[in-house]
Amino acid sequence: MAVPLVYNLRSIKVRWASTSVAVLGIAGAVAVFVAVLSLARGFELTLVESGSPRNALVRRAGASAEMESVVTLEQVRIIADAPGVARDRSGRPLVSAEVVAIGPFRHRASASEALAQVRGVSEEALRIRDNLRVSEGRFLRPGLAELVVGKNAAVLYEGFSLGESPRFGGRTWKVVGILDASGSAFDSEVWADARVLNQTFKRPEYIFQSVTVRLESPEALPAFEKALKADPRLTVQVDREDRYYAKQSRVVSTLIRVLGYLVAGVMAVGALFAALNTLYSALAARTREVAVLRALGFSPRDVVFSWLFEALVIALLGGLLGDLLVIPLNGLTTSTINWQTFSQIAFAFRVTPELLLRGLLFALAMGLVGGLPPALRAARIPVAAALREL
Amino acid sequence: MIRYLPLLLANVTRKKARLLLTVGSYAVALFLFGLLSAVDAAFSQGVEVAGADRLIVRNRVSLIMPLPISYRDRMLALPGVRTVTFATWFGGIYQEERNFFPNFAVDPDRYLETYPEFLVDPGQWADFLKDREACAVGQKLAQRFGWKVGDRIPLKGTIWPGVWEFNLRVIYRGSRPEDDEGQFWFRYDYLEERRPWGKGTVGWYIVRVTDPDRAAAVARAIDERFANSSYETAAETEKAFAAGFVRQMGNIQALILAIGSVVFFTLLLVTGNVMAITVRERLAEIGVLKTLGFSDGAVLGLLLLESCLYAAVGAALGLLGAKAFTLAGDPTGGLLVAFYVSWGRLGAGFLLALAVGLAAGLFPGLAAMRLKIVDALRRV
Repeated sequence: MAVPLVYNLRSIKVRWASTSVAVLGIAGAVAVFVAVLSLARGFELTLVESGSPRNALVRRAGASAEMESVVTLEQVRIIADAPGVARDRSGRPLVSAEVVAIGPFRHRASASEALAQVRGVSEEALRIRDNLRVSEGRFLRPGLAELVVGKNAAVLYEGFSLGESPRFGGRTWKVVGILDASGSAFDSEVWADARVLNQTFKRPEYIFQSVTVRLESPEALPAFEKALKADPRLTVQVDREDRYYAKQSRVVSTLIRVLGYLVAGVMAVGALFAALNTLYSALAARTREVAVLRALGFSPRDVVFSWLFEALVIALLGGLLGDLLVIPLNGLTTSTINWQTFSQIAFAFRVTPELLLRGLLFALAMGLVGGLPPALRAARIPVAAALREL
Repeated sequence: MIRYLPLLLANVTRKKARLLLTVGSYAVALFLFGLLSAVDAAFSQGVEVAGADRLIVRNRVSLIMPLPISYRDRMLALPGVRTVTFATWFGGIYQEERNFFPNFAVDPDRYLETYPEFLVDPGQWADFLKDREACAVGQKLAQRFGWKVGDRIPLKGTIWPGVWEFNLRVIYRGSRPEDDEGQFWFRYDYLEERRPWGKGTVGWYIVRVTDPDRAAAVARAIDERFANSSYETAAETEKAFAAGFVRQMGNIQALILAIGSVVFFTLLLVTGNVMAITVRERLAEIGVLKTLGFSDGAVLGLLLLESCLYAAVGAALGLLGAKAFTLAGDPTGGLLVAFYVSWGRLGAGFLLALAVGLAAGLFPGLAAMRLKIVDALRRV
C-alpha cells in the first residue's frame, strides 16, 4: 500500500521555508535554460522566416554573403531568362536585383553608432517576397533619395521614423514608408533605391550584389540551378533563400546555445545541490516520522516512492515557477550584430509551449536525481533505533 | 582563536553529506561566476587589450568601404602622428565556412611594430619578409588546425575569387593571456598583386600617436584633413572602436549581472537555510557552551567562522575549477576570441563568496547569540 500523497503535500506546506529554497534554485536553473533556448530560437526563426522555399538567391561563386558578391546587369538579364523563373500576368520575370551596404546609424539604446544593413532595391523586392508590406506611408520612388525603413530599424535608430530626413553616405534622405516584414530580418533593414544607393557609395550604377528569383515552385530549383551553372557567361552560386538565411543564423545561435547550455548546466548542478540539501535536512528532521510510517506497516519501497514523489512535486513547483518567470520575455525584442552581414539584427524571444515543456522536463529530471539518494536513505532507516530517539 | 579550531573542524565535519553539499553549492556558484567572467571578458576582450596610443581610421560611410593607400603619407604629415600602418580584410575560408577565423592582409613593414603585444621569433619574421606568399598565424589558431611552420595553407577567397595559397612562416604569441592568438595575417603586396579589383586601397589604417593624451585631438585632425573628400574618414581610439563592437553585441553585461545575482541570491538562501538548520539542531549544545562560559560573542564568532569556512573552501574549489576549465579552451570551438578569467576577477569572486558566507551565518548566529541558557537547555 502506498503512503498517501496528501502526507507529502502537507509536509511540503509545513516546511515551506526550506522547500522554497529548493524550489527557487530549480526555478532559476529552469528560467535560464528556457530563456536561452527561446533566445536562440528567436534568432533562428527571424532569419529562417526571412527566406522562402520558393525563392532562389543568386550570388557570385565563392561569395559567402551578399556583401561580398558582384552581379552585373547583363548577368541579371541572363538569370531572369533561366528556366523555372516565375512570371507575372504581363509576362515579366519576377526577379529582384539588389545591392547591400552597411551604414553607421545612431543606435537609440546604446547611444552610439551601430551598423545597419542598407538594401538597394527596386519595386520587385516586394513582389517576389511574401509577408512583406509597406504598413505606413508608401514605397520609395525610383531615382529619388527616399527610404523605406523596416519597423524594427525605425525603432532601433534615431531619426528613421516616418517623415524624418536622416543623413548618411553624404546625402540627406527622406523616410517615406515603414516596412512590415512580419518579424523577419528585413524588419531590421533600411531600403533605398538600388541605383541611388550605388551612386551614393560611388559604385557603378548597374552593378548588383545579389539576385533573388521567384521560382514557379520550390521543385523548380534544381533545373534553374543547373541552367545557371551550365551557362559560361555566369560564375554564380544558387541557394534556396530560406536555407541561405538559416545558414546565416548558425554562428550566433550556436554561440547563444553553447554558452546558455553551459550556464544552465552549471546552475542545474547548483539547484541539484540545493534540492539534495533540502531533502537531506528534511530527512534528518523527519527520521522519526519515517520510522513511524515503517512501524505502521509501510514497506521500504513505499517510503522510497513517497520521498521521490515529494522531490518531484518540489521540482515541478520549481519548473512551473521558472516557466512563469520566462513567459513575460516572449516577444521582447532585442538586437545583436549578425557577424555574417556585419550589421545589427533585431529579434524577439520566442517562448514556445515546446520550450516550456522542455523546461518542466528539465526540472523533473533534477527532482529525480536530487530526490533519489535521500529517498533511498529514508528507506534504510532502522525502525527500532529511530523510534527509540523519540 | 586557534584553540577553537578543533571545535570548529569537528562541527564542520559532523555531517558529511551537508558539508559536501554546502561546499558544493559554493563551488558551483563560484565556478559559474568564473565562467561568466570569462564570457564577459571574451566579449569585451577588444576593449581591454586596446592600445591607448593607437587610432583606428576607417571609411566614414562604412567599415567595409575602403580608403586610398595615398592617405598613409598624408596622415604621416600630420602633427602628433608617429607611425601609420594598415590592413585589409580578406574574408577567406579555410576548407569550410564554419572554420571561421579573421584573416587580413597587413603592411609587412610596420604592422608588427604597431602591435608590440604580439611576440614573434625574429628569424621567423625575417622569413616572412622574404616570402611574398608568407602568412603569420596566432598560436591558438595553429593549434586549432594543427598547422606547423612551413605548411602550405589554402584559403578560398570570398571578396576576391579563387583559392589563395600561403606559406606559414610565423606563429606569433600574445604577451598577455587576453591577447588574440586567433588571427591570420598575410602580406599586402601579395593581395595587391593578385586581386582583380580594389587595387590601391586598404581596409583600415592603424595610426600610432606620439602622445596618448592627445589621441582624441589627432583623431579629430585626421577627420578634418579628409573632410569633403570623396573618401571621408572616421578616426577613433582603438578602445572606442572595440567598445562600439561590444555594444553592438547587445547588453551582455546586464545579462551576466542578472544571472549572477540570481545565482548569488539562491546561494544565500541555501546556505542561510543550512546554517539555520544547524543552529536549530545544536540548540542544546549552544546552551552547554554558554554554560561552560563561552561568551555570546564567541558563540556568534564560531558560527560565522563555520559559515565562512564553507564559503572559503567552496569558493576556492569553484574558482580554481573555473580557471582550469577556461585554460582547457573555448567551449564554442573557436567562436570566442579569448576565453580567459583573470586572477583579479577570481579574487573578487572569493571575497564575494566570503560576504555571502558572512551574511548567511549572521541571522542564525545572532539568534544563537541571543539565546538564553535556560531556554536552550530546556529542550533537552
